[in-house]
Parts: sequence; structure tokens; C-alpha cells
Amino acid sequence: MLVGEFNERYVKKKRWMGDLYNMNNISVFDVIGPIMIGPSSSHTAGALKIALLAGKMIKEEIVSVKFILYGSFAETYRGHGTDRALLAGIMGFNTDDFRIKDSYSIADKKNLLYFFEVNKTNMEVHPNTVDIIITNETGKVVTVRGISLGGGNISIRNINGVDISLSGNYNTIVVKQIDTPGVAAHITKVLSLNKINIAFMSIYREVKGENAYTIIEADDEVTQDIVTHLEKNSFIESAILLEV
Amino acid sequence: MDFTNAQGLLKICKDKRISISKAMINREVEIIMAQEKEVIEKLAYTFQIMKEAINKALTQKIVSMGGLIGGEAIKINARRINSDPVCGKIISKAISYAMGVLEVNSSMGLIVAAPTAGSSGVIPGVFVAIQEEYGCSDEEMVDALLNAGAIGYLITRNATVSGAEGGCQAEVGSASAMAASAITQIMGGTPEQCLSAASTAIINTLGLICDPIAGLVEAPCQKRNAMGASNALISSEISLCGIMSIIPFDEVISTMYNVGKSLPRELRETALGGIAATPTACKMCIR
Repeated sequence: MLVGEFNERYVKKKRWMGDLYNMNNISVFDVIGPIMIGPSSSHTAGALKIALLAGKMIKEEIVSVKFILYGSFAETYRGHGTDRALLAGIMGFNTDDFRIKDSYSIADKKNLLYFFEVNKTNMEVHPNTVDIIITNETGKVVTVRGISLGGGNISIRNINGVDISLSGNYNTIVVKQIDTPGVAAHITKVLSLNKINIAFMSIYREVKGENAYTIIEADDEVTQDIVTHLEKNSFIESAILLEV
Repeated sequence: MDFTNAQGLLKICKDKRISISKAMINREVEIIMAQEKEVIEKLAYTFQIMKEAINKALTQKIVSMGGLIGGEAIKINARRINSDPVCGKIISKAISYAMGVLEVNSSMGLIVAAPTAGSSGVIPGVFVAIQEEYGCSDEEMVDALLNAGAIGYLITRNATVSGAEGGCQAEVGSASAMAASAITQIMGGTPEQCLSAASTAIINTLGLICDPIAGLVEAPCQKRNAMGASNALISSEISLCGIMSIIPFDEVISTMYNVGKSLPRELRETALGGIAATPTACKMCIR
């Protein structure tokens, strides 16, 4: 499906079905996989994937990171290596990287500051929830909330206070924009010109006319050129590519 | 051609006179749009990781993160070599390997979630025991992984493989069904016999709760993986004799899902019930 023929039904279907929207895309590697460092697909591999995506949301080098763990994450993170996996994800390691076990010492060597906090009072959130607050060398801060759904599948649920939804299963572009008419048209035009096939596209905002995010999950490979092209709009603050 | 349930899968196998593995790889190519060669290569790598995990458990001293398990695979292996295992050679091998993979998993080693990390011992345990005892090639084993994948896909799509949602029956039960179907195919069983073996494996583990001591993926998970491996072997043997499951696979997995949903929260990976709530287990939580 090309952008030009982009079918709004898919966006609606995704919102309606929530986390189950890609059920028909289950592959043999979703059930015999991932290849991962144990011990838990949700508390180790899933946690790492959340942090890996969160770390990519900021462009310059990360100097400090704080993790706030909720629910089952807060109760059992040490025995599952959730802390080491989160730190490994921030440093860009994948779920099968043997360095996960040593992520504390690697972070120390890199002078990356890390803080863990548990929140055992907020019971409203999904049982496997983590908030990640990242600061980069320029002092810029990004806050990301992710949840781990089991089997290594995750969902990013909030960026800088705006509720969003992205799975990380596709090449994803996260666009931060001012909520203004014409921005969505600019985005779809750029993608269409580059023949990018959209799997899902959604716009999220807190208040009309203020900060908004457009999340595009694409079937095809997205290059940095396309993302740079997207940023050439005065209402777009940044566009970030998260590659699978 | 896509299939969404066991009935649809069986129809494709019958109409086209193909195996479950072939139907699954066709689906990967058509629906997931993967290249057949790539799928096989990636599965071969996956099988290699499974074997390496077993090898590590049999050759290295492992202590788990929580300290509840470690060294079991070596002990079982030694008894098989030095005396006559009470459960026979093949089951002894399968349980030793399955428990070994759980040791590797719980010490932050590299494993394949199949379908989950908590049930990651069942398929490698059964597959490698069968390969060694029957002299199967890696190609045959990789082909059989596709059969296991088809069963896992059907369960994920129509029920769940998550312990938090469905209890241990959804994790080890599913892994056991996947292994049972796959080895039935290796041993020359028909697609009906494969699905029947998978049905038997799930029915045998129906209602199994998830109650990890101290919330760790260690105990009783490790021994449940041994049970899942032996259950796969007996379910396959029963089916290969032509003793079919009375209830078809689609009905079995929807039952498993319903049973899982009706389990109280305490018995679904919260470490608040079952063996995890015993006085002895609770002392370990404080430690």
C-alpha cells in the first residue's frame, strides 16, 4: 500500500485493536525467538528493547539516565537482570549481546550516569512499566514510558508527556511537530515521493495547536535523507528514525 | 496461503499434499514476505544457538542469578552415562538438556525463547535428544522447527503463550505441544497425527499454574521444562501409534485459553500463589 493510497481504516483498526493490531503478522521467529540473553523475555529482552528505542529518541550522546520501575518490574527487577538490560539498551546493545551482564561496568567506563528508582505505589499502570528519563550532552531531556507485553514484545506509550503507541517492530519515524494544518500533508507527501509504504501512521497530541507527535511505522527501509527532508518544515521540530 | 487455525492448516496440508513445515514456510514467504532461503538460514542459526546452550550447560559450572538452580544438567547426564536411567535413555537426555537450557537462561546466557524464555528448554531438549538418538541431520531438525513454529503461531494467534495471561500451561504446555508435533513429523507422522500429538500435550498440561519461587525464572520452571519435554515425547508416541486426540486442536487451545483466563491472578506469574507462596519459598523472597 503506497502512501497515496493510504487507507485510513488501518489507523482506525490499529487504535481499536490496541496491542493486537499486528496479530496476523506473527512469524515463525516470533514464536521460536527472539534469540536472547535470559532469563525473561518480558523482564530482560523486553526491558532492553524499550530502553534501546528510548535511547534512539535523542540525537546527541547520552550522559545520564534515570529509570523508574513500576509493578512487576519494581518487584523483581534484580533477579531478572531488568536493570542491566535497561542500561544495556540505552547503550545500544541488542537482546542477544553478551555484554548485557556487564552493563554496569561498561556504563561506568563510559562515564554514563545511571539511577534506578522503584515506584510500588502506582498500581494504575501496566504491570511491566518503566519510565526512562534521558539527558544528553547538550542538557536536553527526553522522557519515555514503555511497557513490556511478554515474549519480547513491547510498546512505547508516552514521549515527553504525550501518550503515543509504537511497537518497534517496524522501521519507525517519530516526528515532533506543532499541531498545525498542513503538517500531516507534508509528511505524507515526502513519504509518497520516496515511495515509502506505510504500515501504520498516527498523530498524537495533548492540546490542540500545541506539541504533537506523528508516528509512522513503515514496511520499507527508510533512509536518513528522507528524515532530513521531513524536517524541512517550520512546524516540525525534529524527526527521528528508529530502525528495526 | 494463510491459515488462522488448525482446521485451515490441515486443509492446506491435505489439498496440496504437503507437510505442516511446508505449509508454514509457504506462509512465511507469502504473508510475512520473507525469502525462503533466509528463513531456513535464520532457523539453522537458531538451532545452533539451542545446541550451544545445551553444550554450555553440560560443560560449564553454572549458577543462576537467584541461586536456586545450577548444575542439574550435568548430574542427569552423569547418571545416564554411569547407570541405567529409570525413564530410559532418550527421556533422560531430553530432560537433562531441557533443564540445562534453563540453567543457561537463568544465568543471563544466550537462549532462544521458544515460545518464551521460561519454556526455552523444552524444544532444544527434545530436538537434540531425538537428533542424537535417531541420527537426524541438522536440515531435518531445522525443517521440524517450522512445524513447531506453526503450532506456536496457532497458539499465539488464537490463545496465548504468556504465563502472566495463561499460566504455565500457556508456556511449557505450548512448548510441549510444539515439540510433540515437530517430532511426530520427523518420525513419519501425518499432519493429523502431528496436531493430535500437540492436542494431547496441551490436554495433559491443562490447568498448570505459573508460580515462580521469588518471582525468578528458575524453580519450579526448570523441572516443568523437563516435564514438558517428556510430555512431548509420550504425546508423540501415543499419536504415532494411531491413538488420536478425541478433541481437535482448535478446541483444545481455546480451552487452554479459557482455563488460563479463569486462573486467579495469584497463579499467573505473580509469585503470590502456588509453590511460590509456601513458607519455604517466602523465606527465599526475603533473602
